[in-house]
Amino acid sequence: MSLLQVNQMTHYFGGLRAVYNYNLSINPGEIHGLIGPNGAGKTTIFNLITGIYTPSEGDILLDGKSIKGMRPHVIAASGLARTFQNLRLWRHMTVLEHVKLARYSKITYGLSGAFFNTPKRVKEEDDITQKSMELLDIAGIAHLADTVVTNLPYGAQRRVELARAMAIEPKVLFLDEPTAGMNPEEMIQMMEIIRQVKEQFNLAIFLIEHRMRLVMELSDRVQTLVFGEVVAEGLPEEVRNNPLVIDAYLGKEVET
Amino acid sequence: MDTFLQNVVNALQWGSFYALIALGYSMVYGVLMLFNFAHGDIFMVGSYIGFFIATGLISLSALGIISLPGWAILVLTILLAMLLTSFVGVLVERIGYRPLRDAPRASAAITGLMIGIILETGNLYLLGASRRKFPEIIETNIFKLGNVSLTNTKIFIVIISLLIMIALHQFIQHTKWGMAIRAMAYDFVVVPLMGVPVNAIAALTFGLGSALAAAAGVFYGMAYPVLDPYMGIEYGWKSFVAAILGGRGSVIGTVIAGFLMGFLDIFVATYFPSTMRNLISFSIILVILTFRPHGFFGRAYSAQLRL
Repeated sequence: MSLLQVNQMTHYFGGLRAVYNYNLSINPGEIHGLIGPNGAGKTTIFNLITGIYTPSEGDILLDGKSIKGMRPHVIAASGLARTFQNLRLWRHMTVLEHVKLARYSKITYGLSGAFFNTPKRVKEEDDITQKSMELLDIAGIAHLADTVVTNLPYGAQRRVELARAMAIEPKVLFLDEPTAGMNPEEMIQMMEIIRQVKEQFNLAIFLIEHRMRLVMELSDRVQTLVFGEVVAEGLPEEVRNNPLVIDAYLGKEVET
Repeated sequence: MDTFLQNVVNALQWGSFYALIALGYSMVYGVLMLFNFAHGDIFMVGSYIGFFIATGLISLSALGIISLPGWAILVLTILLAMLLTSFVGVLVERIGYRPLRDAPRASAAITGLMIGIILETGNLYLLGASRRKFPEIIETNIFKLGNVSLTNTKIFIVIISLLIMIALHQFIQHTKWGMAIRAMAYDFVVVPLMGVPVNAIAALTFGLGSALAAAAGVFYGMAYPVLDPYMGIEYGWKSFVAAILGGRGSVIGTVIAGFLMGFLDIFVATYFPSTMRNLISFSIILVILTFRPHGFFGRAYSAQLRL
């Protein structure tokens, strides 16, 4: 049994079949890449597994337990974190607050602690701040902790997303185009950060990317999705040379 | 000069009511992007709940069943009224607004107005049209500071209101719930994915706002001890304007705007015919909003905040 396993997941939006018979299994320390042309259903798969939508058919198991149909905040608290393709930060909150709020489900002080500075709360707040700063350090943005995110450059905002996702102490991390809009130098730094968190926290990572180079270099296994169906799966080299994948990206050769 | 100072004192007291009620509007709008138009009536409900608790405790004391000093009855009345009214607020959210979370905003607005009417007419049906007199919980002492006359209730109301506002500000800025409330102003998609139960936070926001309105209701009863089922309408609307003026979800802005409303009410009535009070104070607010459409501390938000 893998850490995260998806069995024969199918989803319809009304009459439109968005995802068909999708299977996935990821283990700790693995990076699994998902590629495919625009509109293939990659982000839909993320949304289905993270609980934003409930799949029409199939099952999703995290640590052997079904999480299908659970509320997103429950799924998140049970160890599944994600980042977003189009940045979804809370613009006028500081970097540190983003990371601290993601620890919501881990905070145990009660309402009395909120209004009166009980020793328990003070200690917990200190712990949270310290752990959050460690994550910001890994993401290379510790010096920006008190900056309001809307004032940050794009690349730094992507790092905030990653640090925020890490703050819920996930077992599985979903990254939706983590280097979109970055320049090559920022992309290489981001790849390093992804590798580092994977090693340090023994994470299972599920990665959507458009940049072939990044997917091929980082992933242990790669799936190619076309119109909601997996057309090729395997090691990066295998997928790269698969004619179906080349067709999907470049179009079919016309026989003359 | 003395009349001026006297007016300042009165305006502070009025402003406390407006600010406390406005905070409930503002928080709910900040989190759910809807105005809870029943909020003025929640203030009325809080005032009535306070009335029943205070009357009950006082008669129990008179009968010798319990023996509580006046200040203890006052504290109990405030706390119990806040607690019970917060349940009313949570109920309103659960029954009235949650089913409409994804409906057009107009549906929520209509629902709010309807809940308000239900609360008003329900009160009328249950308790009759006669006004109620809020009991004097603690003896009012008047004392003079120069030529300015102060009462212990006025001082109590202003100080306790300010303390409540400071506590709320601390709560919003420095606790996990407060951070969740602020984050939910931006979206409903990411916040749950970070492990935050959004429905619980929405209910908490309604509960907190209603508790503040109940505090305002009790204070109002102490200062102007006549309650009627429609008392929430004018104060509700004026506080709503204060919430707009303060800026969406901003505690400090809303408090400042609430006190500004109080000052406008009192000072316009002092220097102009009091029949023109609302006309003039609302005109001033219109001018302010022309130059600061997002309010004092509000920020420009796009209408498309959600998926």
